[in-house]
Amino acid sequence: MRIGVPRETRPGERLVAATPRTVGQLVDLGYEVVVESGAGERAHLGDEAFTAAGARVVGADEAWAADVVTAVNPPAASDVARLTPGATLVSMLGPAAHPDLVESLRARGVTALALDAVPRISRAQALDVLSTLSNVAGYRAVVEAATELGAMFSGQVTAAGKTPPATVFVIGAGVAGLAAIGTAASLGAQVRAFDVRPEVGEQIESMGATFVQAAQAQQEVSADGYASALTAEQEALTRAMYAEESARADVVITTALVRGTAPTTITADMVAAMKPGSVIVDLAASGGGNCELTVPGERVVTANDVVIVGATDLTSRMPQHTAQLFGTNVVHLMALLTPGKDGVLVLDLDDVVQRGMTVAHAGETLWPPPPVQVSAAPAAAAPAPEPAQDPAEVERAAAEQRRLRSRRRTVGATLAAVLVVLALSFSPPSVVGHATVLILAVFVGYYVISHVSHSLHTPLMAQTNAISGIILVGALLQIGSDDLLVTVLACVAATVASINIFGGFAVAYRMLAMFRKGA
Amino acid sequence: MTWTSLAQAVYVVAAVLFVLSLAGLSRQETAKRGNVLGMVGMVLALAATVALAADQSERPVAVTLTLTAAVLAVGASVGLWRARSVEMTQMPELIAILHSFVGLAAVLVGFNSYLTEPQDPAHLVEVFLGVLIGAVTFTGSIVAFLKLSARIKSSPLTLPGRNWLNLGALVASAGLLWWFLASGSVLPLILMTVVALALGWHLVAAIGGGDMPVVVSMLNSYSGWAAAAAGFMLSNDLLIITGALVGSSGAILSYIMCTAMNRSFVSVILGGFGADGGSAASSGDVTGEHREVRADEVARMLADARSVVITPGYGMAVAKAQYPVADLVARLRAQGVEVRFGVHPVAGRLPGHMNVLLAEARVPYDVVLEMDEINDDLAATDVVLVIGANDTVNPAALDDPGSPIAGMPVLRVWEAAQVVVFKRSMATGYAGVQNPLFFKENTAMLFGDAKEQVEAIVREL
Repeated sequence: MRIGVPRETRPGERLVAATPRTVGQLVDLGYEVVVESGAGERAHLGDEAFTAAGARVVGADEAWAADVVTAVNPPAASDVARLTPGATLVSMLGPAAHPDLVESLRARGVTALALDAVPRISRAQALDVLSTLSNVAGYRAVVEAATELGAMFSGQVTAAGKTPPATVFVIGAGVAGLAAIGTAASLGAQVRAFDVRPEVGEQIESMGATFVQAAQAQQEVSADGYASALTAEQEALTRAMYAEESARADVVITTALVRGTAPTTITADMVAAMKPGSVIVDLAASGGGNCELTVPGERVVTANDVVIVGATDLTSRMPQHTAQLFGTNVVHLMALLTPGKDGVLVLDLDDVVQRGMTVAHAGETLWPPPPVQVSAAPAAAAPAPEPAQDPAEVERAAAEQRRLRSRRRTVGATLAAVLVVLALSFSPPSVVGHATVLILAVFVGYYVISHVSHSLHTPLMAQTNAISGIILVGALLQIGSDDLLVTVLACVAATVASINIFGGFAVAYRMLAMFRKGA
Repeated sequence: MTWTSLAQAVYVVAAVLFVLSLAGLSRQETAKRGNVLGMVGMVLALAATVALAADQSERPVAVTLTLTAAVLAVGASVGLWRARSVEMTQMPELIAILHSFVGLAAVLVGFNSYLTEPQDPAHLVEVFLGVLIGAVTFTGSIVAFLKLSARIKSSPLTLPGRNWLNLGALVASAGLLWWFLASGSVLPLILMTVVALALGWHLVAAIGGGDMPVVVSMLNSYSGWAAAAAGFMLSNDLLIITGALVGSSGAILSYIMCTAMNRSFVSVILGGFGADGGSAASSGDVTGEHREVRADEVARMLADARSVVITPGYGMAVAKAQYPVADLVARLRAQGVEVRFGVHPVAGRLPGHMNVLLAEARVPYDVVLEMDEINDDLAATDVVLVIGANDTVNPAALDDPGSPIAGMPVLRVWEAAQVVVFKRSMATGYAGVQNPLFFKENTAMLFGDAKEQVEAIVREL
């Protein structure tokens, strides 16, 4: 089958859905690849490079007419009309925000796979372009902020005096937020970060930032791994914290995007309270912005001299790496869709990953997909297991079983006790005394040994082995017998028993000497 | 005060010291003290015994003392020589052969006791039981020794109707006991000894190499019971106490091992595990593609990792890879990588075998964790190195109810981001079960000798 890579038409877009390197990988999967002339020039990827990698450079119409079309941005209406009915479109589609586009794709009879609707499960990470783009955007946001800020990120002590490090406040610790934290921290800034999901606090700290917590504000992760919107009450609790943190920060980076829409986190009042010269980079500008004053696609300077960067093309500003990573995501998807590695695309709608991405197929709209249970969400989010069974019923059955078992044990113990009593009462007195000692010693042994640490089992065994050589006592007492046979046998017994004692103790000692605690 | 009452008093002290010794061995911090306490107890007990023996001697005292000294000298030199020279990987063999010595001593002491003491029925029963347990321990330990040192094949011997053979031996012994009590002659005792020797041999021969940790601790327990039985026939409470301590200790260890394999004690003793070709074949349909890596790739993985867990198995002992592994761990720790070990309770051929090997290679014991301590952390681990382990990391134990090892607790290594399995080939483990772990997406195989591969990784680092 043929894969078409058209040139992106969105103004200012510099990305392309394939690079010469990923074209080679697609060819290895058995596909024929056609690339629209000039598709990669804004990412510094010339037509010759694509040709050298095994692609054919063609015109726009031919690229759009391929069996599989892979693009970065949602297609314009005119592009949808160029698709062959029955073809497959692989691209970001924003199906939730653009139902009309989904409808037009369905009407056209194409199979549409939304790269931005990959379920957030571990297996699907390799094809998740949102993670890829967020990662790049988080990095770039810090670079933009550093450009706008009239100060150094790292604190310095020089002969001319010292400068304090910049304080960066990051809201939202998704992929973009974590990338921003890591980048800002590596430039030397003091990074503080917040996320409504308390369990990511560890990740925030692992990237080198301080986790800021609002009192009591919590949020459950929804079943598909995306954060869900905050309730009004929770929002009230976090607002005060936002105000306090943004007022002391030199740079605020907001990354809160919930399913394509941006909740307001930084209000106009909070901006007014910020220091002159400080910078806000709003990564959620594409969804309207987390800051009230954000103008998507614009750089705004407020009355109190705060710069608000609302750029929506941060990923496009680093086209080389972004295109390469994006293209690799596409390759991973194609590898999943090409189980035979023979250039034949097979869509398996029983696979949760493929089902989740498919928004239209064979004239039917398949969006939204059924919810997916995910590993990314903590186990607590899963519904109680086996809802069919009444938990009280299960509990009762278990209690019943425990009761039966304990009754059986009581009966067994009683029987054993009776047997022991009977056996002992028919034995001579000396045996009874020895049996008492034996039984008590068994219990002492049981309680002493039960707490032995697992790592000491081998030395314990050597030691008990040495101690059981105590049988030497019996043998030694028999050596003095006047019967020659007895003496000989006793000598042999004593020899082997003493090997046991000396060997066992020495080897246990040697082993114990080897165990040492780490520094 | 007589020599006898003084000796009894010393025996009480020795018995207390033995209890304290075992109690001390339950924790790393007190283990060495426990060892020393045991030695002190033994010295006291032997000193009192020698004094008593001199006092009760029917021969000239000088002869008795000379013989005693000679015997102890031989025992000490042989014992210390073996203890000094044994390699830690051969520890299971050494322990097994030492058990056989206790068994042999119990048999000989039993015969002596029969020859020297009055023949009342209670005493005859005690002699009979003492010799029976001693003989089973003796040959059982010898077979265990031969299997562990690979002098005979470690696969289980499956005679037809083997359980009936064992039962028959016990019934025959009971019949011989009746004859022995009735006649008091030595013939039934000798016959029973022969039967018991055969029984011990057959019992252990029927158990496969993978179950050796259970067998060794079981024999440890038997050697204790043999000593206790000798205490009964000699009316010596020190022997009874010590024997009971050792006997219950071994029994508990066996029980721990069995729980770790999710198998009942009886099924281990009855043996034959790992020989059923059918069970292996039934799970043989687990196939797939495995992915291979090279040592330099593993080195890069490790250098990038933040936390690494190593799960060693018997294969590490066979390849003597513990030294390069320790070297690897030291290097990674120096680079700030968190490295820990996850040891399955039945890894190796002896309870705690892996811990001893790692300690020998100077791995600090506080990074060597038990299965239960590490299992929940595995999901947050970047790289797991599986070195010479197979069944103890087999997901089939949890996923596949039809698997022969179903229900056995295992290390859930597959939850980690990346698993590297060191293996000589794609062969199955001791249980003969194919391991689906090898075909998981996040598993990579590193084939070859574990020692050489680990050394190669260390070089790359």
